[in-house]
Amino acid sequence: MNAHAIPASEAGYNFAYLDEQTKRMIRRALLKAVAIPGYQVPFGGREMPLPYGWGTGGMQLTAAILGADDVLKVIDQGADDTTNAVSIRRFFARTAGVATTERTPEATVIQTRHRIPETPLAAGQIMVYQVPIPEPLRFIEPSETETRTMHALADYGVMHVKLYEDIATFGHIATSYAYPVTVDGRYVMDPSPIPKFDNPKLDRSPALMLFGAGREKRLYAVPPYTRVVSLDFEDHPFQIQQWEQCCAICGSGDSYLDELIVDDAGSKQFVCSDTDYCAQRAQQQESRP
Amino acid sequence: MYVAVKGGEQAIDNAHALLAKKRRGDTGIAELGVEQIRQQLPLAVARVMSEGSLYDEELAALAIKQAAGDLVEAIFLLRAYRTTLPRFAESLPLDTGAMQLSRRISATFKDVPGGQLLGPTFDYTHRLLDFALLAEGERPGPPVDESATLGNCPRVLGLLGEEGLMTPEIDRGEPVPDLTREPLELPCSRAERLQALARGDEGFLLALGYSTQRGYGRNHPFAGEIRIGTAEVWIEPQELGFPVCLGEIELTECEMVNQFVGESAAQAQFTRGYGLAFGYAERKAMGMALVDRALRAGEYGEEVQGPAQQEEFVLMHCDNVEAAGFVSHLKLPHYVDFQSELELIRKLRQPQAEQTEADAETPAKEKRA
Repeated sequence: MNAHAIPASEAGYNFAYLDEQTKRMIRRALLKAVAIPGYQVPFGGREMPLPYGWGTGGMQLTAAILGADDVLKVIDQGADDTTNAVSIRRFFARTAGVATTERTPEATVIQTRHRIPETPLAAGQIMVYQVPIPEPLRFIEPSETETRTMHALADYGVMHVKLYEDIATFGHIATSYAYPVTVDGRYVMDPSPIPKFDNPKLDRSPALMLFGAGREKRLYAVPPYTRVVSLDFEDHPFQIQQWEQCCAICGSGDSYLDELIVDDAGSKQFVCSDTDYCAQRAQQQESRP
Repeated sequence: MYVAVKGGEQAIDNAHALLAKKRRGDTGIAELGVEQIRQQLPLAVARVMSEGSLYDEELAALAIKQAAGDLVEAIFLLRAYRTTLPRFAESLPLDTGAMQLSRRISATFKDVPGGQLLGPTFDYTHRLLDFALLAEGERPGPPVDESATLGNCPRVLGLLGEEGLMTPEIDRGEPVPDLTREPLELPCSRAERLQALARGDEGFLLALGYSTQRGYGRNHPFAGEIRIGTAEVWIEPQELGFPVCLGEIELTECEMVNQFVGESAAQAQFTRGYGLAFGYAERKAMGMALVDRALRAGEYGEEVQGPAQQEEFVLMHCDNVEAAGFVSHLKLPHYVDFQSELELIRKLRQPQAEQTEADAETPAKEKRA
């Protein structure tokens, strides 16, 4: 679907860049992750030809699960045409020669940074999340040795204390993205820096959710139809972001919006962050008489 | 209105073409050859090989050229290449005692068997810009005595060890894990720690080592010995059953003699910090040795007081490829997250604004009362 002709696959490199042994090692770790939803599995992360922090974890997972028949979609901030999404999509088009798409329903594997598509996901689809800091307790307890013990003991009191302190200080829970969730009633998990707006989409999703942190060498998973609950209190229930405005392009009133400053006077416009969702809606509106 | 934040393929291609142009500089000036870099910037090559964890002078020089002299970028290039290489064997432990030395000094004894060998060094040079180099003047090397030979140079800490003054390092024959293949799990073994430090950023280790000298985890170091030279690399393939020599590599080794430990005064022994780097890399090896010793605090029952003594802190932050990547990722678009922060901060300010208005309506007198 890209305008540019892309060579079938990069000479001198294995299918999807990583060697088969490495991919097998990652798939084994993924099986463990699926078996223990929300648990961070250490894996022998490799150095990738993209910098750490730019999606190396997600790329390794994508490389490990990608087959020749897969159709890959890559988004960053919800958009298919942001530079890093373009770069990663190109990488797999070059090294694996797989088909790519911008349409959410057509994709079998969707690698993402910071968003879950607005279009509901279907069974059989796999979401691959790029994760910077996999540890939800990290900013409360900097030591990995400690946080692993806390997970083992399900010692999550500090997390609720943090949220409570937010309410005491600000009157609201002051976490707006990377909002912690409990997976399958057991592990507290960082859903990656998606806005909390996307958290409800994780709950009982028919798609398989895989999370990869390259620098930290951790991966974790949420299997299809797994309960995912955002942490909250009875008197301060979890809430998602809302806008007074609608999308300036497609008019959507219930999608996540990006704010654009359009002139020197600071005038604002809001548009859908999910470019595919927005384009599909705009197209439907045009085709309607 | 989308253009400012969305780049697309053409913009990426153009950016890379511009980079190539910047790297090349003025085309009226002869292009820098990889072999020139290898021969004339050997210390840069050494650093890239060490922290890139790949001993290949030509590829390191290529990486430096491609990175336009940005050594951290060059290290990253070499690492990304290294990760695609198969591991066909593990070498036998290097015998640095049998190194062909080009430099060897000890700060602990005025003279040692084999002698002090200054070799090529910046030490004792006056740091005056040499304008002769600006004029591209050739410098003749020192006079060479063909008949000169180097005596046996046993390791200085070995001599102390024979006297029972050094805490012995015991090889338990445990398998050595490979950091580049297995995730680092903490707390980790000294072998893993040394691997991480060997790949660690020179500047970071230098600063941490320096911090121990200034009191953040002091360990009273002496430069017991610094050896620079070439050592042979041997492997023993299973199908052969006997070792074969692959070739030789240049190494810098630093052994620090540090404050003593012991159950009682009579059993007091010095301790050791160890540093090893590819090529001529004295600063790196010394920084590494200081930090290695600092990280042995737990082993010797010392109180952890400084950052250099905290294993997790040091090991999780010493890798410059990881650090540079994660810092540079801040350049990636974050407007989805930022939007959620904006939404939140506006929401938080709302009740506050109402409160301020209410305050403004209250007469000043009442407020004072």
